[in-house]
Amino acid sequence: MSRLDAKRRHIVSFTLNGAPAEVEVEPRMLLTDALRYGLGFTGTHVGCEHGVCGACTISIDGAPARACLTLAVAIEGAEIRTVEGLGPAPGRLGVLQAAFRRHHALQCGFCTAGILMSLDAHLFRHPDPSREEITEVIGGHLCRCTGYAPIIAAALEAAAEMRGDTRGTGEAKTSRTDGHA
Amino acid sequence: MKPAPFDYIRAESLDEALAALKQYGSDARIMAGGQSLLPMLNMRLAKPAVVVDVMRIAALASPAVEKGSLVAPAGMRQAAMLARPGLAAEVPLLSLALPWVGHVQTRARGTLCGSVAHADPSAEIPLCLVALKGSVRLRSAKRKRSVAAEDFFVGMMLTDKADDEMIEAIAFPTIRPGTGYAFAEVGRRHGDFAIAACAAVVEQGRMRLAVGGVGDRPLARDLGALDGSALDDALNAFAWELGAGDDVHATARFRRDLVRKLGRQVLEQAAERANRRDAA
Ligand code: FES
Ligand code: FES
Repeated sequence: MSRLDAKRRHIVSFTLNGAPAEVEVEPRMLLTDALRYGLGFTGTHVGCEHGVCGACTISIDGAPARACLTLAVAIEGAEIRTVEGLGPAPGRLGVLQAAFRRHHALQCGFCTAGILMSLDAHLFRHPDPSREEITEVIGGHLCRCTGYAPIIAAALEAAAEMRGDTRGTGEAKTSRTDGHA
Repeated sequence: MKPAPFDYIRAESLDEALAALKQYGSDARIMAGGQSLLPMLNMRLAKPAVVVDVMRIAALASPAVEKGSLVAPAGMRQAAMLARPGLAAEVPLLSLALPWVGHVQTRARGTLCGSVAHADPSAEIPLCLVALKGSVRLRSAKRKRSVAAEDFFVGMMLTDKADDEMIEAIAFPTIRPGTGYAFAEVGRRHGDFAIAACAAVVEQGRMRLAVGGVGDRPLARDLGALDGSALDDALNAFAWELGAGDDVHATARFRRDLVRKLGRQVLEQAAERANRRDAA
């Protein structure tokens, strides 16, 4: 049994986007804040902080989850992926991200990181998703800008491109959207 | 908002978790998937001195099939249950209702027992447990007991669980011959809290309806073998007895109407499924 004192900071070790990471946190610190303030990974956004909006969605052990409903101390040893892990290289977009750009699937971008993480996890497990499946996944997110239609179109096109069904747009061909391999 | 400070205990065994509960009683909260507890902590509706994480307890991770029951332990996530091969043949009602629980992103972490412990009146898992006459297995450092789901939920987010107890597991009765099940829910959006949710069990022509989101807890009624206007009257009486209230999402009147209409719809669907199973 380990017991972590409320008033102290404790080291939590985990894997972040494929690399070992450590962060020092009080037990009450949310994973959103540990990522953003503790590690400077500000790609993960914070909207409602009670699990409703989906902005903070990241991948924990391969499944999309709310970082704002996760204590940082609880992720000891876990595999965490954030939007920073999606691009094949700094300044390059992954397949899904490039499809978002082509389809104008974002405007303000506040919801985008979370939606990308949910879709990335889904497309990895279900490479040939139906429109209904995508709608179901997006149902866990709020976007106040796009009206969702371009997001669905981008997701379906990215899925097709990753399966090799379409020509794609060059850049995106270089790598899959993520580091799942 | 952010949670108030608390000590965090990562329990490696059930005994460790129970010892912490014995020591801290109402100052401690068990955390499993955290999908109900974390919103409460973030909004400071709960300010425990100690949070006891039970997700590292290996013994609480896997379900068990006992005679006539599928038993979900405290560490079993909703996503794992939904992905269980054959769930639809074992506990059909649960496989119908689980897709309505939160979203993919919360089911990935949230547990079945956590939802039961939280006891939100509109939650689907407690509703299924009540509809099926399941039970809740409670454990403290000094005793073990099993409580019928209908006695476990006592009011709005209130349960029969004592401060030194935790839910070790919940038991869902498995499918019985000649029985049909149905589930339906109305909410503002899929994944939102239910304005009304109905679960029906029809066994050898006898109907049972459980309703969530309307009363202060999930409530069930055995309606016997009714049809036509007698069934409408019984549903109407049940709808009034649930004591529906008005809120921003729906009026009490709309909720009663949902119990009448949705209730009838799921009962008919369950009866039809029961007949089909008989024939098969
Ligand atoms: S910030 Fe986590 S769901 Fe809104
Ligand atoms: S792009 Fe603005 S909220 Fe989705």
